[in-house]
Amino acid sequence: MANEGTHNVEDLHLQNLTKKFGEVAAVDDLTLTIPAGSFFALLGASGCGKTTTLRMVAGLEEPTSGSIHIGQNDITNLRAFQRPVNTVFQSYALFPHLDIFENVAFGLRRRKVKNIDAAVNSMLELVELAPMARRKPTQLSGGQQQRVAVARALINQPDVLLLDEPLGALDLKLRRQMQIELKRIQTEVGTTFVHVTHDQEEAMAMADTVAVMNAGRIEQMGHPADIYELPKTVFVANFLGQANLFAGVRTGTSSDSIEVVANGINFRVLSARNSAPSDEVIVGIRPEKMTILDLHDKETIPSGHNMLEGRVIDVSYAGVSTQYLVETTWGQNVTVFEQNVLVGDRSSVGDPVVLHWSPDHTFGLAGGETVLADTAQILAVGA
Amino acid sequence: MAAVLPSAGKQSQVSAQRKSRTGYFLLLPGMTWLAIFFAIPFVTLFMTSLQAPVAGKSGQYVPAFQVSNYPDALAEYWPQFLRSFLYAGIATGLALLIAYPLAYFIAFKAGRWRALMLVLVIAPSFASFLLRTYAWKTILSDEGFITSFFNALHLLPDDRILNTSIAVVAGLTYNFLPFMILPLYAALEKIDPRLLEASNDLYASAFTTFRKITWPLSLPGVVAGTLLTFIPAAGDYINSELLGSTQDRMIGNVIQTNFIEFRDYPTASALSFVLMAVILVMVFTYIRRAGTEDLV
Amino acid sequence: MRWIKSKLLSVIAVLVLIYLFIPIAVVATLSFNKPEGKYNTSWNQFSLDAWTNICGVPGVCDSFMISVRIGIISTIFATILGTMIAFALVRYRFRGRATTNLLIFLPMTTPEVVMGASLLALFLNLRFPLGETTIIIAHIMFTISFVVVTVKARLQGMDPRLEEAARDLYASPRATFRYVTFPLVAPGIAGAALLGFSLSFDDFIISFFNAGTVVTFPIYIWGAAQRGIPVQVNALATLVFVVALLIVLTSQFVSYRKRKALEAGMSSDAAIAGANVKGLEAAMPRS
Repeated sequence: MANEGTHNVEDLHLQNLTKKFGEVAAVDDLTLTIPAGSFFALLGASGCGKTTTLRMVAGLEEPTSGSIHIGQNDITNLRAFQRPVNTVFQSYALFPHLDIFENVAFGLRRRKVKNIDAAVNSMLELVELAPMARRKPTQLSGGQQQRVAVARALINQPDVLLLDEPLGALDLKLRRQMQIELKRIQTEVGTTFVHVTHDQEEAMAMADTVAVMNAGRIEQMGHPADIYELPKTVFVANFLGQANLFAGVRTGTSSDSIEVVANGINFRVLSARNSAPSDEVIVGIRPEKMTILDLHDKETIPSGHNMLEGRVIDVSYAGVSTQYLVETTWGQNVTVFEQNVLVGDRSSVGDPVVLHWSPDHTFGLAGGETVLADTAQILAVGA
Repeated sequence: MAAVLPSAGKQSQVSAQRKSRTGYFLLLPGMTWLAIFFAIPFVTLFMTSLQAPVAGKSGQYVPAFQVSNYPDALAEYWPQFLRSFLYAGIATGLALLIAYPLAYFIAFKAGRWRALMLVLVIAPSFASFLLRTYAWKTILSDEGFITSFFNALHLLPDDRILNTSIAVVAGLTYNFLPFMILPLYAALEKIDPRLLEASNDLYASAFTTFRKITWPLSLPGVVAGTLLTFIPAAGDYINSELLGSTQDRMIGNVIQTNFIEFRDYPTASALSFVLMAVILVMVFTYIRRAGTEDLV
Repeated sequence: MRWIKSKLLSVIAVLVLIYLFIPIAVVATLSFNKPEGKYNTSWNQFSLDAWTNICGVPGVCDSFMISVRIGIISTIFATILGTMIAFALVRYRFRGRATTNLLIFLPMTTPEVVMGASLLALFLNLRFPLGETTIIIAHIMFTISFVVVTVKARLQGMDPRLEEAARDLYASPRATFRYVTFPLVAPGIAGAALLGFSLSFDDFIISFFNAGTVVTFPIYIWGAAQRGIPVQVNALATLVFVVALLIVLTSQFVSYRKRKALEAGMSSDAAIAGANVKGLEAAMPRS
């Protein structure tokens, strides 16, 4: 089912957008372009400014400075009801005194659109709620209310649809279902979706582009796989999934890679995957990219691989995978995920082991001990 | 360093509060009415209390600064003042004792009957309170069941209830009971029942749980209920008039008599003002503890 | 012993409720009484005279209608003024919040004697004639605070997101108020009006001080208390009580029905979740 009418969707531009509450900058000089027709996720912990950004685009919050454009149109000074932008609220905010039909029709009525019956009914078909048209919101389940909220917003064919953590109140199975549905709807309708969430799995599953936000700024933005496999800051490395990080110093450079010494061990990082501007480099590797071997199998490690030795101190069996906690020679705990491809072949607590991985998966981050400490604190607050 | 920002919910209430002057326009009519017909009358009350009588003409007064009106009035009527506070105090205490179990029951044990029970608490107020007070004359009559019962137990000093202070206090307790029940309920309802479960889990008996957990947490309701019961009770005169004898007259009776019958406006005003002053002291003490935000 | 202890609280609660209603029962019962003498204080004989001839005694129905009239007028004004104040308190910023809250709170805790007396002092000093007007002025004054409290509670209970959603959906401020805010606050305003009317109708002390020669229903009762209260008064009062009770019970019943519907909706949640899983499985083979 194609989009009704040719609706020229344009890029959303945020320029130097800032919002201050008193002295505190919730959103700090944000400049961002969200491509037309894309599914864009704004990802971050609580209090990072993502919801405030969303509300500024919706017109529910006035920016302290900066501008918002859709294409060439400057909408910064337009009031919320004048903007071609609609929001799906976290709590759905369905009007309890109106039935489902009237809720969905609300925006059309305010814009004095004629002959809305057909449009409302086909929108209800799209979200599979046609039989509920005359029920009241309180008579619907959480998942159904969520779909009404989406329908109510989408029917107005906005240039941008904003979603404020819309799946937060749903249980796991329902959430998965709705993720697929929202993605399907977005592809069919072609509107730009901006989805705000703190759930990194959700962001990566649904979005074409993910922007990781921290303390009012965007730390990194890109395709989910790209930013996951190659994080550029410690915060992103720790926020998207898990990472093992070793703080070290660059000791040498070659044509395509650099040598870093951390805790007395040599690591090789491909230059293309190194974001550290100075000699202070943090070497990073994701737990699922590491292979765990018994120490006496050390010779089987392919040449060129990074490796470190340690002792297993915890084993967690999770069905699909096994999670190991390995204590390195210098006392750091390293996490390793191993998919249970082979039945029964597992290391046990106390085993001396060697971990190895390819430099293709290693990444280098701008370093310094304080960066690690700050990040840990930020993540702890945001949790 | 990331800062902890105010939660989004609170933000939208604040940003929804527009910076325009609409707020003042909305407040103006109502607050002006209250200013003119509530606040200013206290000024005139005070001025009237200082008026002096016109020599030779009874019932007429001129503006003056006769401060002696106050000690004169108090010298004559201090027994009624004391009696009012005594009766009101006893009635408030009794009301608390009677109201607490009911409020507790509605808050914790009523389940789906809660709304209905609250309606039943307020419902009696729909019937004329004069008639309800008058009805106690029937219930407490000398030949009635209750008076006979207590007489048989030799508990009545005058061999009757009606026309004694007992009836007046009983009437006061009854009339203002809902004002004690509702604030108590409001405070008890806010207590998370899981706190009580936790207390039981930690070896506290039912009584200890009440003493250490429920009662302290219900105190705001107790204080509010006490204020809302004691104050009107202290100023009441209906109960005394209908159910008591001339020895049970309260300060409300005196004020009414002086205003309407004697037309001794200065004395009546002085007494009103003193009563109001005492009450204001109580209210301000309450506000100092609780603040003004949750008053209304 | 255990059983007694567990039931004790409910027994006491029920007893207290009965206690509250005893005088009502007496008033209602005596409305069917044919008193022996002037005073309708003890049961004599069953009779429907008071009900069939409800305006039989001169002055009773007149005072009743005066109270109704005063009630309606003062309620309308007090509701409007009080609702405006409630909106200002909840939705707008202004200076002097503490003083405002205090001025609204005080009338609710001032004894009626003091309020009646001070208003009388005002009218006397202004040489303003006492009558229905002064009664209405007084009633509006003490009703405003209760309206503010009731409407404010309703307004605060309203999700502020709903107004945001309306603005997001192209509703101008006026449209937002008309289609979202007002319909949702309306029940609170109605409740406040009902409360205001019952406060006005039943008011005695403040009215008595400021009535001049006007006789409201409570003033009539007070005057009659010495000479003997006509049975018709009991009948009228019982009537008012029953009507008010019915109104409140009906609105409770309506919201009870709404809650039942909500629970029905919620139980379908479980069914939906199950259906979704099935749907998910059906969708899988495609990808």
